[in-house]
Amino acid sequence: MYSFWKNNQLKLSPWIFLAPGIFMFSLYVIFPIFQSISLSLYQWDGLGVKTYIGADNYIELLDDEYFYTSLKNNVIWLVLYILAVPAGLFAALFLNQTVRGIRIYKSLFFFPFVISQVVVGLVFSWFYDPSNGLLNVILENFGFSPIAILAEEDYATYGIIAAGLWPQTAYCMILYLTGLNSVDPEQIEAGRIDNARGWRMLWYVILPQLKPATFIAVVVTVIGALRSFDLISIMTAGGPWGSSRVLAYYMYEKAFSEYGFRMGYSASIAVVLLGIMMIYIGLILYRLYRDEKGY
Amino acid sequence: MFPTPIEKTKLSTQRLYKIALPIAMIIWLLPLLAVALTSVRSGVDINSGNYWGMPTSINFFENYTAVFTDSPLGYYILNSFKITIPTVIGAIVLSSLTGFALGVYRFKLNLFVFFIFVAGNFIPYQILMVPVRDLSLALGLYNSVWGLVAFHIAFQTGFCTFFMRNFIRALPFELIEAARVEGVSEFKIFWYVVVPLMKPAMAALSVLIFTFIWNDYFWALVLTQGADAMPITAGLNSLNGQWIANQHLVSAGSIIAALPPVLMFFLMQKHFIAGLTLGAVK
Repeated sequence: MYSFWKNNQLKLSPWIFLAPGIFMFSLYVIFPIFQSISLSLYQWDGLGVKTYIGADNYIELLDDEYFYTSLKNNVIWLVLYILAVPAGLFAALFLNQTVRGIRIYKSLFFFPFVISQVVVGLVFSWFYDPSNGLLNVILENFGFSPIAILAEEDYATYGIIAAGLWPQTAYCMILYLTGLNSVDPEQIEAGRIDNARGWRMLWYVILPQLKPATFIAVVVTVIGALRSFDLISIMTAGGPWGSSRVLAYYMYEKAFSEYGFRMGYSASIAVVLLGIMMIYIGLILYRLYRDEKGY
Repeated sequence: MFPTPIEKTKLSTQRLYKIALPIAMIIWLLPLLAVALTSVRSGVDINSGNYWGMPTSINFFENYTAVFTDSPLGYYILNSFKITIPTVIGAIVLSSLTGFALGVYRFKLNLFVFFIFVAGNFIPYQILMVPVRDLSLALGLYNSVWGLVAFHIAFQTGFCTFFMRNFIRALPFELIEAARVEGVSEFKIFWYVVVPLMKPAMAALSVLIFTFIWNDYFWALVLTQGADAMPITAGLNSLNGQWIANQHLVSAGSIIAALPPVLMFFLMQKHFIAGLTLGAVK
């Protein structure tokens, strides 16, 4: 027994070290993904008997206008949320100086990312409040009429995304600030000698060196956009009339809220979201694989 | 350094920059400043619609103590700590083990297991909600602090493994080789050689996971019901529903809810940023 261990220690050790992590991760993450996929083929109220109904949930999805609204909002989220990346770059360039007290400014700028999305959501709902919100007080001072951003079907999603961009921009800024720290000063000097400055310098010399930061910023922003839930739940609860729902929120409503207890239908929305996400995860893994193999 | 250091520019540009900096910051933090100002107003001001004029009185102590005496906020905060601290410890322990296994050993499925952790970590976690809720019910962990802890540990292990594994890969491998030549067992190598070197990574992950879990709202919604195991995030939202005409108190509650991660960030800024940038952009 002891000699068996001696001889195979190197082969067995990794699996012993991995066992608890793999067990927990499989139990709570990997298996549930497949359970969700399988559940999407059933009709189930969460308590009673599951009935196999084949693709019926998906067929129903095709005719569900709320599903399309949610999908459309997810696309809007994705497109606008990406603005956090250039905005974060801009903020980083603005703050990448060494004047007195700049560290405090950097920390303060980063603030919104540290606080909970629940607080961000509450803060922005009050900020947008049509009667007493600061935004409308300011607008009125400039002679505009107040707008109830979160109560308007056409604006609600954009109002929530603006709130979401606040912490996300701060995150991207930190990524770029760290990236700017490691930009090769010799290349900048060389660029200056070649008379590159301002935008040209940024585009041809700095940005290529910031690629790792840009990659992480895009990855976390896309994932953040597809995971958006907290702000919607806090600020509008999907309203008015379901106009600000996204897929992640809609599936929650279908499963657990008073509209819901349709676990199978909710799972079919989950599968759609997972499908969208797999494209990105595939790209990320491909890049990781390339890096690992050293291409 | 890019952009050009401001000291090397014209004097007028320097002045402009020094004025622009505080103004930009105030605009950036305006929504938060508004909440901070509201949180010290009196109920009289709020009820009479005096949100932005001169406050009739500064009720700092009244409001901030009222939040604790008139609502279960203190209890929610306690729950948040009960959820957050075990999660941090559990995720760090599990991911030290997995990160070590994936970072040090060469075996066939190494990259495959690693990719499973990374991919699992990136999924929109809402798709797990129905199965995870069922699992928690089956294990008797639904609506308990431990139910949330177990899920959070499992899910955070994905990200932490990614981080730890990359960190261990960057350590000098000769140390481990040398210990093996000496006949030191693999467990002792892990405990006496690698763990002491992993301290910076553990510190970075601790602050990061603390913040993530403290701020979690979605899983609190899915895995708890009522006040028993409810953390501060969900608690704050339910308070907001009950205290319609008491915005000053909910504002104070929001500030309190935001404080622990903010303190964490200021105290451990270096580690926090090292964690956020995944250690990749050094």
